[in-house]
Amino acid sequence: MTSIAADKRRGLFRRKLVDRIVRILSLLALAVAVASMIWILWTVVSRGARVIDWTFLTEPSKPWGAPDPGIANALLGTLLITLGAAVMGIPPALLGGIYLAEFGKGTRLGDAIRFSANVMMGMPSVVVGLFVYALVVVATGGFSGLAGSIALAILMFPVVLRTTEDMLLMVPDSLRESALALGTTRARAAVRIICRSARGGLVTGILLAIARVSGETAPLLFTALWSDGWPRNYFTGPTANLPVLITEYSTNSPFEEQHAAGWGAALIVTMMVLLLNIATRIIFKEKHHER
Amino acid sequence: MNAEAKTGDAPVKISVRNLNFFYTGGHQALFDNCLDIRANRITAVIGPSGCGKSTHLRVYNRIYELYRGQRAEGEVLIDGRNILSPDVDVLELRRKVGMIFQKPTPFPMSVFDNIAYPMRLHFKLSRSEIADRVENALRGASLWDEVKDKLKKSGLALSGGQQQRLCIARAIAAEPEILLMDEPTSAVDPVATLKIEDLVLELREKFTVVIVTHNMQQASRISDYTAFFYKGEIIEYDTTDRIFTNPSHKKTEEYITGRFG
Repeated sequence: MTSIAADKRRGLFRRKLVDRIVRILSLLALAVAVASMIWILWTVVSRGARVIDWTFLTEPSKPWGAPDPGIANALLGTLLITLGAAVMGIPPALLGGIYLAEFGKGTRLGDAIRFSANVMMGMPSVVVGLFVYALVVVATGGFSGLAGSIALAILMFPVVLRTTEDMLLMVPDSLRESALALGTTRARAAVRIICRSARGGLVTGILLAIARVSGETAPLLFTALWSDGWPRNYFTGPTANLPVLITEYSTNSPFEEQHAAGWGAALIVTMMVLLLNIATRIIFKEKHHER
Repeated sequence: MNAEAKTGDAPVKISVRNLNFFYTGGHQALFDNCLDIRANRITAVIGPSGCGKSTHLRVYNRIYELYRGQRAEGEVLIDGRNILSPDVDVLELRRKVGMIFQKPTPFPMSVFDNIAYPMRLHFKLSRSEIADRVENALRGASLWDEVKDKLKKSGLALSGGQQQRLCIARAIAAEPEILLMDEPTSAVDPVATLKIEDLVLELREKFTVVIVTHNMQQASRISDYTAFFYKGEIIEYDTTDRIFTNPSHKKTEEYITGRFG
Protein backbone atom coordinates (compact mmCIF):
# COMPACT_ATOMS: atom_id res chain seq x y z
CA MET A 1 0.00 0.00 0.00
CA THR A 2 1.41 3.38 -0.98
CA SER A 3 1.24 6.17 1.56
CA ILE A 4 -1.14 9.06 0.90
CA ALA A 5 0.40 12.25 -0.50
CA ALA A 6 1.01 15.03 1.99
CA ASP A 7 -1.27 17.50 0.19
CA LYS A 8 -4.27 15.19 0.74
CA ARG A 9 -4.18 15.67 4.49
CA ARG A 10 -7.03 17.55 6.06
CA GLY A 11 -6.04 20.69 7.93
CA LEU A 12 -5.85 20.27 11.67
CA PHE A 13 -6.90 23.85 12.30
CA ARG A 14 -10.39 23.39 10.89
CA ARG A 15 -10.98 20.21 12.90
CA LYS A 16 -9.87 21.82 16.11
CA LEU A 17 -11.99 24.89 15.40
CA VAL A 18 -15.13 22.79 14.88
CA ASP A 19 -14.36 20.94 18.08
CA ARG A 20 -14.10 24.19 19.98
CA ILE A 21 -17.31 25.64 18.50
CA VAL A 22 -19.33 22.52 19.39
CA ARG A 23 -17.95 22.58 22.90
CA ILE A 24 -18.82 26.24 23.40
CA LEU A 25 -22.31 25.77 21.97
CA SER A 26 -23.08 22.87 24.25
CA LEU A 27 -21.76 24.78 27.23
CA LEU A 28 -23.99 27.74 26.29
CA ALA A 29 -27.03 25.52 26.01
CA LEU A 30 -26.26 24.09 29.42
CA ALA A 31 -25.87 27.58 30.87
CA VAL A 32 -29.28 28.63 29.50
CA ALA A 33 -30.95 25.60 31.06
CA VAL A 34 -29.26 25.96 34.43
CA ALA A 35 -29.78 29.73 34.49
CA SER A 36 -33.51 29.43 33.91
CA MET A 37 -33.76 26.85 36.66
CA ILE A 38 -31.90 29.10 39.07
CA TRP A 39 -34.02 32.05 37.98
CA ILE A 40 -37.25 30.15 38.66
CA LEU A 41 -36.00 28.94 42.02
CA TRP A 42 -34.83 32.43 42.96
CA THR A 43 -38.13 34.04 42.01
CA VAL A 44 -40.15 31.48 43.92
CA VAL A 45 -37.92 31.63 46.98
CA SER A 46 -37.62 35.42 47.10
CA ARG A 47 -41.35 36.01 46.69
CA GLY A 48 -42.56 32.99 48.62
CA ALA A 49 -40.23 32.84 51.60
CA ARG A 50 -41.41 36.05 53.26
CA VAL A 51 -45.01 34.89 53.72
CA ILE A 52 -44.11 31.50 55.16
CA ASP A 53 -44.48 31.41 58.93
CA TRP A 54 -46.09 29.15 61.50
CA THR A 55 -49.61 30.48 60.94
CA PHE A 56 -49.25 30.10 57.18
CA LEU A 57 -48.39 26.43 57.55
CA THR A 58 -50.89 25.51 60.28
CA GLU A 59 -54.03 27.58 59.60
CA PRO A 60 -56.48 26.66 56.86
CA SER A 61 -57.32 29.09 54.09
CA LYS A 62 -60.17 31.44 54.92
CA PRO A 63 -62.54 33.65 52.99
CA TRP A 64 -61.06 37.05 52.28
CA GLY A 65 -60.91 39.28 55.33
CA ALA A 66 -60.89 36.58 58.02
CA PRO A 67 -57.89 36.78 60.37
CA ASP A 68 -54.79 34.52 60.10
CA PRO A 69 -55.33 32.77 56.76
CA GLY A 70 -52.97 29.89 55.89
CA ILE A 71 -52.58 27.03 53.42
CA ALA A 72 -52.63 24.04 55.77
CA ASN A 73 -55.89 22.68 54.35
CA ALA A 74 -54.48 22.78 50.81
CA LEU A 75 -51.25 21.14 51.97
CA LEU A 76 -53.18 18.36 53.67
CA GLY A 77 -55.54 18.05 50.71
CA THR A 78 -52.64 17.70 48.29
CA LEU A 79 -51.10 15.00 50.50
CA LEU A 80 -54.43 13.15 50.64
CA ILE A 81 -55.10 13.41 46.92
CA THR A 82 -51.55 12.35 46.03
CA LEU A 83 -51.62 9.48 48.51
CA GLY A 84 -54.97 8.32 47.10
CA ALA A 85 -53.54 8.49 43.60
CA ALA A 86 -50.50 6.48 44.67
CA VAL A 87 -52.63 3.82 46.33
CA MET A 88 -54.81 3.46 43.24
CA GLY A 89 -52.20 3.94 40.53
CA ILE A 90 -48.98 2.29 41.72
CA PRO A 91 -49.95 -1.34 42.44
CA PRO A 92 -51.52 -2.01 39.03
CA ALA A 93 -48.67 -0.15 37.35
CA LEU A 94 -46.06 -2.29 39.14
CA LEU A 95 -47.89 -5.50 38.30
CA GLY A 96 -48.35 -4.35 34.70
CA GLY A 97 -44.64 -3.53 34.45
CA ILE A 98 -43.80 -7.00 35.76
CA TYR A 99 -46.09 -8.50 33.14
CA LEU A 100 -44.48 -6.52 30.32
CA ALA A 101 -40.91 -7.29 31.35
CA GLU A 102 -41.29 -10.91 32.43
CA PHE A 103 -44.11 -12.36 30.38
CA GLY A 104 -45.11 -9.95 27.64
CA LYS A 105 -41.83 -9.77 25.75
CA GLY A 106 -42.54 -10.12 22.06
CA THR A 107 -46.19 -11.03 22.58
CA ARG A 108 -49.00 -9.13 20.87
CA LEU A 109 -50.70 -8.36 24.16
CA GLY A 110 -47.45 -7.01 25.56
CA ASP A 111 -46.88 -4.81 22.52
CA ALA A 112 -50.45 -3.52 22.70
CA ILE A 113 -50.13 -2.64 26.39
CA ARG A 114 -46.79 -0.93 25.84
CA PHE A 115 -48.20 1.09 22.97
CA SER A 116 -51.24 2.21 24.95
CA ALA A 117 -49.06 3.17 27.89
CA ASN A 118 -46.96 5.33 25.58
CA VAL A 119 -50.09 6.99 24.22
CA MET A 120 -51.35 7.54 27.77
CA MET A 121 -48.08 9.14 28.75
CA GLY A 122 -48.44 11.69 25.99
CA MET A 123 -52.05 12.46 26.91
CA PRO A 124 -52.52 16.10 28.04
CA SER A 125 -53.45 16.14 31.72
CA VAL A 126 -56.38 18.45 31.00
CA VAL A 127 -57.94 15.70 28.88
CA VAL A 128 -57.55 13.22 31.72
CA GLY A 129 -59.21 15.78 34.03
CA LEU A 130 -62.10 16.19 31.65
CA PHE A 131 -62.45 12.42 31.34
CA VAL A 132 -62.68 11.95 35.10
CA TYR A 133 -65.05 14.92 35.31
CA ALA A 134 -67.40 13.26 32.85
CA LEU A 135 -67.09 9.81 34.35
CA VAL A 136 -66.81 10.41 38.08
CA VAL A 137 -67.79 13.96 38.97
CA VAL A 138 -70.92 14.03 36.86
CA ALA A 139 -71.87 10.48 37.81
CA THR A 140 -71.43 11.00 41.57
CA GLY A 141 -73.03 14.39 41.41
CA GLY A 142 -70.15 16.43 42.75
CA PHE A 143 -66.50 17.36 42.92
CA SER A 144 -64.38 15.34 45.32
CA GLY A 145 -60.81 14.73 46.43
CA LEU A 146 -61.27 11.13 45.39
CA ALA A 147 -62.05 12.20 41.82
CA GLY A 148 -58.81 14.21 41.91
CA SER A 149 -56.93 11.12 43.07
CA ILE A 150 -58.41 9.10 40.22
CA ALA A 151 -57.25 11.66 37.67
CA LEU A 152 -53.74 11.73 39.12
CA ALA A 153 -53.67 7.92 39.34
CA ILE A 154 -54.42 7.76 35.60
CA LEU A 155 -51.51 10.13 34.97
CA MET A 156 -49.13 8.15 37.20
CA PHE A 157 -50.03 4.75 35.85
CA PRO A 158 -48.18 4.76 32.50
CA VAL A 159 -45.11 6.45 33.99
CA VAL A 160 -44.69 3.82 36.71
CA LEU A 161 -45.58 1.02 34.29
CA ARG A 162 -42.90 1.95 31.78
CA THR A 163 -40.16 2.68 34.33
CA THR A 164 -40.95 -0.63 36.05
CA GLU A 165 -40.61 -2.46 32.75
CA ASP A 166 -37.36 -0.68 31.87
CA MET A 167 -35.85 -1.28 35.30
CA LEU A 168 -36.77 -4.98 35.28
CA LEU A 169 -35.34 -5.41 31.79
CA MET A 170 -32.04 -4.01 33.09
CA VAL A 171 -31.72 -7.02 35.41
CA PRO A 172 -29.50 -9.51 33.57
CA ASP A 173 -31.09 -12.71 32.28
CA SER A 174 -28.47 -14.69 34.18
CA LEU A 175 -30.25 -13.79 37.43
CA ARG A 176 -33.60 -14.96 36.00
CA GLU A 177 -31.99 -18.18 34.84
CA SER A 178 -30.40 -18.94 38.19
CA ALA A 179 -33.69 -18.34 39.99
CA LEU A 180 -35.54 -20.62 37.59
CA ALA A 181 -32.75 -23.20 37.68
CA LEU A 182 -33.49 -23.72 41.38
CA GLY A 183 -37.08 -24.66 40.57
CA THR A 184 -38.65 -21.25 41.11
CA THR A 185 -41.78 -20.39 39.17
CA ARG A 186 -41.62 -17.43 36.78
CA ALA A 187 -43.94 -15.29 38.90
CA ARG A 188 -42.07 -15.97 42.12
CA ALA A 189 -38.72 -15.28 40.45
CA ALA A 190 -40.12 -12.01 39.11
CA VAL A 191 -41.43 -10.79 42.45
CA ARG A 192 -38.90 -12.23 44.89
CA ILE A 193 -35.67 -12.01 42.93
CA ILE A 194 -35.96 -9.71 39.92
CA CYS A 195 -38.00 -6.95 41.58
CA ARG A 196 -35.80 -7.12 44.63
CA SER A 197 -32.75 -6.73 42.47
CA ALA A 198 -34.31 -3.73 40.73
CA ARG A 199 -35.92 -2.19 43.80
CA GLY A 200 -33.83 0.98 43.69
CA GLY A 201 -35.02 1.64 40.18
CA LEU A 202 -38.62 0.79 41.00
CA VAL A 203 -38.71 3.20 43.95
CA THR A 204 -37.11 5.85 41.75
CA GLY A 205 -39.84 5.45 39.14
CA ILE A 206 -42.55 5.72 41.80
CA LEU A 207 -41.07 8.83 43.41
CA LEU A 208 -40.58 10.55 40.06
CA ALA A 209 -44.18 9.79 39.11
CA ILE A 210 -45.41 11.20 42.43
CA ALA A 211 -43.26 14.27 41.95
CA ARG A 212 -44.65 14.70 38.48
CA VAL A 213 -48.32 14.57 39.44
CA SER A 214 -48.07 16.43 42.74
CA GLY A 215 -47.95 19.74 40.88
CA GLU A 216 -50.62 18.93 38.28
CA THR A 217 -53.30 21.60 38.22
CA ALA A 218 -55.56 21.10 35.23
CA PRO A 219 -56.96 17.69 36.24
CA LEU A 220 -57.68 18.98 39.77
CA LEU A 221 -59.66 21.96 38.50
CA PHE A 222 -62.11 19.47 37.00
CA THR A 223 -62.21 17.10 39.95
CA ALA A 224 -61.13 18.17 43.42
CA LEU A 225 -61.76 21.84 42.74
CA TRP A 226 -61.33 23.95 45.86
CA SER A 227 -62.75 24.55 49.27
CA ASP A 228 -61.88 26.79 52.18
CA GLY A 229 -61.61 24.79 55.37
CA TRP A 230 -60.15 21.40 56.17
CA PRO A 231 -60.44 18.51 53.70
CA ARG A 232 -63.02 16.57 55.70
CA ASN A 233 -64.97 15.45 52.67
CA TYR A 234 -62.22 13.83 50.61
CA PHE A 235 -64.62 11.16 49.35
CA THR A 236 -67.65 13.32 48.75
CA GLY A 237 -66.80 16.98 48.49
CA PRO A 238 -64.49 19.57 46.93
CA THR A 239 -61.06 19.32 48.51
CA ALA A 240 -58.47 22.05 48.90
CA ASN A 241 -55.10 21.46 47.22
CA LEU A 242 -51.97 23.45 46.53
CA PRO A 243 -51.98 23.65 42.70
CA VAL A 244 -55.52 25.02 42.57
CA LEU A 245 -54.74 27.38 45.46
CA ILE A 246 -51.79 28.75 43.51
CA THR A 247 -53.89 29.19 40.38
CA GLU A 248 -56.78 30.82 42.18
CA TYR A 249 -54.77 33.12 44.42
CA SER A 250 -52.33 34.22 41.76
CA THR A 251 -54.63 34.80 38.82
CA ASN A 252 -58.20 35.13 40.06
CA SER A 253 -57.73 37.17 43.19
CA PRO A 254 -57.64 40.98 43.31
CA PHE A 255 -55.89 40.97 46.68
CA GLU A 256 -52.15 41.50 47.08
CA GLU A 257 -52.06 39.29 50.20
CA GLN A 258 -53.46 36.35 48.26
CA HIS A 259 -50.92 36.86 45.47
CA ALA A 260 -48.21 36.61 48.10
CA ALA A 261 -49.82 33.51 49.63
CA GLY A 262 -49.84 32.00 46.13
CA TRP A 263 -46.07 32.46 45.92
CA GLY A 264 -45.68 30.94 49.35
CA ALA A 265 -47.68 27.88 48.27
CA ALA A 266 -45.62 27.70 45.07
CA LEU A 267 -42.47 27.58 47.19
CA ILE A 268 -43.92 24.74 49.29
CA VAL A 269 -44.79 22.70 46.17
CA THR A 270 -41.32 23.34 44.74
CA MET A 271 -39.69 22.18 47.96
CA MET A 272 -41.81 19.04 48.03
CA VAL A 273 -40.86 18.12 44.47
CA LEU A 274 -37.22 18.97 45.13
CA LEU A 275 -37.17 16.76 48.23
CA LEU A 276 -38.72 13.89 46.29
CA ASN A 277 -36.08 14.24 43.59
CA ILE A 278 -33.26 14.36 46.10
CA ALA A 279 -34.66 11.30 47.88
CA THR A 280 -34.76 9.57 44.52
CA ARG A 281 -31.13 10.38 43.86
CA ILE A 282 -30.05 9.12 47.26
CA ILE A 283 -31.94 5.86 46.86
CA PHE A 284 -30.54 5.28 43.39
CA LYS A 285 -27.01 6.01 44.57
CA GLU A 286 -27.24 3.60 47.48
CA LYS A 287 -28.36 0.97 45.05
CA HIS A 288 -25.30 1.48 42.91
CA HIS A 289 -22.94 1.34 45.85
CA GLU A 290 -24.40 -1.98 46.83
CA ARG A 291 -23.49 -3.52 43.51
CA MET B 1 -3.95 -35.61 34.33
CA ASN B 2 -6.51 -36.16 37.01
CA ALA B 3 -4.73 -38.68 39.23
CA GLU B 4 -7.90 -39.85 40.91
CA ALA B 5 -10.00 -40.21 37.79
CA LYS B 6 -12.82 -42.64 38.32
CA THR B 7 -13.88 -44.50 35.27
CA GLY B 8 -14.92 -47.86 36.62
CA ASP B 9 -18.45 -49.09 36.22
CA ALA B 10 -21.05 -46.67 37.35
CA PRO B 11 -24.73 -46.63 36.44
CA VAL B 12 -25.83 -44.30 33.67
CA LYS B 13 -27.54 -41.25 35.16
CA ILE B 14 -28.29 -39.24 32.06
CA SER B 15 -28.84 -40.80 28.68
CA VAL B 16 -29.10 -38.47 25.72
CA ARG B 17 -30.68 -39.97 22.61
CA ASN B 18 -30.69 -38.20 19.24
CA LEU B 19 -30.95 -34.75 20.71
CA ASN B 20 -31.51 -31.97 18.20
CA PHE B 21 -31.84 -28.35 19.23
CA PHE B 22 -33.25 -25.36 17.38
CA TYR B 23 -32.97 -21.69 18.20
CA THR B 24 -35.65 -19.14 17.43
CA GLY B 25 -36.12 -18.99 13.68
CA GLY B 26 -35.23 -22.64 13.17
CA HIS B 27 -31.44 -22.37 13.28
CA GLN B 28 -30.22 -25.81 14.35
CA ALA B 29 -27.54 -25.81 17.03
CA LEU B 30 -27.31 -29.49 18.05
CA PHE B 31 -27.29 -32.46 15.71
CA ASP B 32 -28.22 -35.96 16.87
CA ASN B 33 -26.34 -35.76 20.15
CA CYS B 34 -26.04 -39.12 21.92
CA LEU B 35 -24.34 -39.38 25.28
CA ASP B 36 -24.42 -41.59 28.40
CA ILE B 37 -23.39 -39.73 31.52
CA ARG B 38 -22.45 -41.84 34.51
CA ALA B 39 -23.56 -41.28 38.06
CA ASN B 40 -21.07 -39.81 40.55
CA ARG B 41 -18.61 -39.00 37.84
CA ILE B 42 -17.41 -35.69 36.45
CA THR B 43 -18.08 -35.36 32.77
CA ALA B 44 -16.42 -32.48 30.95
CA VAL B 45 -17.90 -30.99 27.80
CA ILE B 46 -15.25 -29.32 25.67
CA GLY B 47 -15.06 -27.76 22.23
CA PRO B 48 -14.48 -24.43 20.49
CA SER B 49 -16.78 -21.50 21.26
CA GLY B 50 -20.14 -21.67 19.57
CA CYS B 51 -20.02 -25.45 19.20
CA GLY B 52 -23.13 -26.06 21.30
CA LYS B 53 -21.61 -27.09 24.65
CA SER B 54 -23.76 -24.75 26.73
CA THR B 55 -26.79 -25.30 24.53
CA HIS B 56 -26.48 -29.02 25.15
CA LEU B 57 -26.17 -28.57 28.91
CA ARG B 58 -29.12 -26.20 29.04
CA VAL B 59 -31.42 -28.94 27.77
CA TYR B 60 -30.84 -31.10 30.88
CA ASN B 61 -32.86 -28.77 33.12
CA ARG B 62 -34.98 -27.28 30.32
CA ILE B 63 -33.78 -23.80 31.23
CA TYR B 64 -33.83 -22.93 27.52
CA GLU B 65 -37.61 -22.81 27.79
CA LEU B 66 -37.25 -19.33 29.29
CA TYR B 67 -36.80 -18.11 25.75
CA ARG B 68 -39.66 -18.21 23.33
CA GLY B 69 -39.09 -20.24 20.22
CA GLN B 70 -36.22 -22.45 21.42
CA ARG B 71 -36.96 -26.12 20.93
CA ALA B 72 -35.37 -29.48 21.73
CA GLU B 73 -36.17 -32.76 19.96
CA GLY B 74 -35.11 -36.26 20.88
CA GLU B 75 -34.79 -37.79 24.32
CA VAL B 76 -32.92 -36.95 27.47
CA LEU B 77 -33.45 -39.78 29.95
CA ILE B 78 -32.64 -39.04 33.56
CA ASP B 79 -32.93 -42.21 35.65
CA GLY B 80 -34.70 -43.68 32.67
CA ARG B 81 -37.38 -40.99 32.37
CA ASN B 82 -37.50 -38.68 29.36
CA ILE B 83 -37.37 -35.20 30.83
CA LEU B 84 -38.34 -33.58 27.52
CA SER B 85 -41.76 -35.17 27.79
CA PRO B 86 -44.43 -32.52 28.47
CA ASP B 87 -45.77 -34.32 31.55
CA VAL B 88 -42.48 -33.88 33.42
CA ASP B 89 -42.82 -31.25 36.14
CA VAL B 90 -40.13 -28.74 35.29
CA LEU B 91 -39.99 -27.34 38.85
CA GLU B 92 -39.20 -30.78 40.25
CA LEU B 93 -36.77 -31.45 37.40
CA ARG B 94 -34.86 -28.29 38.26
CA ARG B 95 -34.73 -29.18 41.94
CA LYS B 96 -33.14 -32.46 40.96
CA VAL B 97 -30.82 -30.95 38.35
CA GLY B 98 -28.99 -27.92 39.73
CA MET B 99 -27.10 -25.45 37.59
CA ILE B 100 -24.12 -23.15 38.08
CA PHE B 101 -23.61 -20.37 35.57
CA GLN B 102 -20.65 -18.63 34.03
CA LYS B 103 -21.07 -15.45 36.02
CA PRO B 104 -21.82 -15.79 39.73
CA THR B 105 -25.41 -14.76 40.37
CA PRO B 106 -25.98 -14.25 44.09
CA PHE B 107 -29.53 -13.12 44.81
CA PRO B 108 -29.87 -9.62 46.23
CA MET B 109 -30.25 -10.88 49.80
CA SER B 110 -28.04 -11.99 52.65
CA VAL B 111 -25.59 -14.89 52.36
CA PHE B 112 -27.83 -16.89 54.69
CA ASP B 113 -31.01 -16.17 52.73
CA ASN B 114 -29.29 -17.04 49.46
CA ILE B 115 -28.72 -20.56 50.73
CA ALA B 116 -32.02 -20.81 52.58
CA TYR B 117 -33.94 -19.73 49.46
CA PRO B 118 -34.10 -23.14 47.70
CA MET B 119 -34.75 -24.90 51.04
CA ARG B 120 -37.76 -22.73 51.82
CA LEU B 121 -38.86 -23.20 48.23
CA HIS B 122 -38.87 -26.98 48.21
CA PHE B 123 -39.04 -28.19 51.81
CA LYS B 124 -41.02 -27.58 54.96
CA LEU B 125 -38.30 -27.04 57.50
CA SER B 126 -38.11 -25.44 60.91
CA ARG B 127 -35.85 -22.44 61.48
CA SER B 128 -33.22 -24.52 63.24
CA GLU B 129 -33.28 -27.16 60.52
CA ILE B 130 -32.73 -24.44 57.94
CA ALA B 131 -29.86 -22.95 59.94
CA ASP B 132 -28.21 -26.38 60.19
CA ARG B 133 -28.63 -27.05 56.51
CA VAL B 134 -27.33 -23.62 55.51
CA GLU B 135 -24.17 -24.40 57.45
CA ASN B 136 -23.90 -27.81 55.83
CA ALA B 137 -24.38 -26.42 52.35
CA LEU B 138 -21.76 -23.73 52.97
CA ARG B 139 -19.37 -26.34 54.36
CA GLY B 140 -20.13 -28.51 51.35
CA ALA B 141 -19.04 -25.63 49.13
CA SER B 142 -15.90 -25.02 51.27
CA LEU B 143 -17.19 -21.55 52.05
CA TRP B 144 -18.26 -21.83 55.68
CA ASP B 145 -15.00 -20.69 57.27
CA GLU B 146 -14.85 -17.65 55.04
CA VAL B 147 -18.43 -16.45 55.51
CA LYS B 148 -19.55 -17.73 58.93
CA ASP B 149 -19.22 -14.19 60.31
CA LYS B 150 -20.86 -12.59 57.30
CA LEU B 151 -24.07 -14.60 57.07
CA LYS B 152 -26.20 -11.47 57.36
CA LYS B 153 -24.18 -9.50 54.82
CA SER B 154 -25.39 -9.20 51.25
CA GLY B 155 -24.32 -12.04 48.99
CA LEU B 156 -23.22 -9.35 46.54
CA ALA B 157 -20.57 -8.18 49.01
CA LEU B 158 -18.50 -11.37 48.64
CA SER B 159 -15.56 -11.68 46.23
CA GLY B 160 -16.17 -13.16 42.78
CA GLY B 161 -14.79 -16.58 43.70
CA GLN B 162 -16.77 -16.64 46.93
CA GLN B 163 -19.90 -15.61 45.06
CA GLN B 164 -19.46 -18.55 42.72
CA ARG B 165 -19.03 -20.97 45.63
CA LEU B 166 -22.09 -19.36 47.22
CA CYS B 167 -23.99 -20.24 44.06
CA ILE B 168 -22.71 -23.80 44.28
CA ALA B 169 -23.82 -23.98 47.92
CA ARG B 170 -27.20 -22.61 46.89
CA ALA B 171 -27.54 -25.24 44.19
CA ILE B 172 -26.58 -27.98 46.68
CA ALA B 173 -29.17 -26.67 49.14
CA ALA B 174 -31.97 -27.79 46.83
CA GLU B 175 -30.75 -31.38 47.37
CA PRO B 176 -30.12 -32.11 43.69
CA GLU B 177 -28.73 -35.30 42.22
CA ILE B 178 -27.08 -33.71 39.22
CA LEU B 179 -25.03 -30.50 39.02
CA LEU B 180 -24.63 -28.77 35.69
CA MET B 181 -21.78 -26.28 35.52
CA ASP B 182 -21.57 -23.92 32.60
CA GLU B 183 -17.99 -22.61 32.54
CA PRO B 184 -18.10 -21.98 36.30
CA THR B 185 -14.57 -20.62 36.53
CA SER B 186 -14.39 -18.39 33.47
CA ALA B 187 -15.25 -15.26 35.47
CA VAL B 188 -13.01 -15.85 38.51
CA ASP B 189 -9.28 -15.49 39.15
CA PRO B 190 -6.82 -18.43 38.99
CA VAL B 191 -6.66 -19.00 42.76
CA ALA B 192 -10.44 -19.06 43.06
CA THR B 193 -10.50 -21.37 40.04
CA LEU B 194 -8.34 -23.93 41.83
CA LYS B 195 -10.57 -23.79 44.89
CA ILE B 196 -13.63 -24.38 42.75
CA GLU B 197 -11.91 -27.26 40.95
CA ASP B 198 -11.08 -28.90 44.30
CA LEU B 199 -14.66 -28.41 45.30
CA VAL B 200 -15.94 -30.03 42.10
CA LEU B 201 -13.78 -33.07 42.80
CA GLU B 202 -15.36 -33.36 46.25
CA LEU B 203 -18.86 -32.93 44.84
CA ARG B 204 -18.38 -36.06 42.77
CA GLU B 205 -18.95 -38.17 45.88
CA LYS B 206 -22.53 -37.04 46.12
CA PHE B 207 -23.54 -35.70 42.73
CA THR B 208 -23.29 -36.40 39.06
CA VAL B 209 -21.39 -33.43 37.66
CA VAL B 210 -21.44 -32.23 34.07
CA ILE B 211 -19.11 -29.31 33.46
CA VAL B 212 -18.77 -27.23 30.33
CA THR B 213 -15.34 -25.73 30.04
CA HIS B 214 -13.24 -24.02 27.40
CA ASN B 215 -10.19 -24.72 29.48
CA MET B 216 -8.68 -28.04 28.41
CA GLN B 217 -6.29 -28.20 31.35
CA GLN B 218 -9.31 -27.91 33.59
CA ALA B 219 -11.08 -30.73 31.81
CA SER B 220 -8.03 -32.97 32.10
CA ARG B 221 -7.44 -32.00 35.74
CA ILE B 222 -10.85 -32.76 37.11
CA SER B 223 -12.99 -34.83 34.79
CA ASP B 224 -13.43 -38.58 34.50
CA TYR B 225 -15.09 -38.49 31.09
CA THR B 226 -14.87 -35.95 28.32
CA ALA B 227 -17.17 -35.21 25.41
CA PHE B 228 -15.73 -33.23 22.52
CA PHE B 229 -18.26 -31.06 20.69
CA TYR B 230 -17.73 -29.55 17.28
CA LYS B 231 -20.33 -27.61 15.31
CA GLY B 232 -23.19 -29.05 17.33
CA GLU B 233 -22.11 -32.65 17.01
CA ILE B 234 -20.47 -34.89 19.57
CA ILE B 235 -17.32 -35.91 17.75
CA GLU B 236 -15.91 -38.09 20.48
CA TYR B 237 -16.86 -39.20 23.96
CA ASP B 238 -14.59 -41.31 26.09
CA THR B 239 -12.67 -41.38 29.34
CA THR B 240 -10.76 -38.17 29.84
CA ASP B 241 -7.58 -40.18 29.88
CA ARG B 242 -8.16 -41.51 26.39
CA ILE B 243 -9.41 -38.23 24.95
CA PHE B 244 -6.28 -36.47 26.07
CA THR B 245 -3.70 -39.18 25.34
CA ASN B 246 -5.07 -41.22 22.51
CA PRO B 247 -8.11 -39.72 20.83
CA SER B 248 -9.58 -41.69 17.98
CA HIS B 249 -10.71 -38.73 15.88
CA LYS B 250 -8.37 -36.40 14.08
CA LYS B 251 -10.56 -33.38 14.95
CA THR B 252 -10.32 -34.17 18.67
CA GLU B 253 -6.57 -34.47 18.47
CA GLU B 254 -6.28 -31.18 16.61
CA TYR B 255 -8.40 -29.44 19.21
CA ILE B 256 -6.68 -30.79 22.30
CA THR B 257 -3.26 -30.07 20.85
CA GLY B 258 -4.38 -26.50 20.29
CA ARG B 259 -4.41 -26.42 16.51
CA PHE B 260 -7.78 -24.69 16.48
CA GLY B 261 -10.47 -23.44 18.84
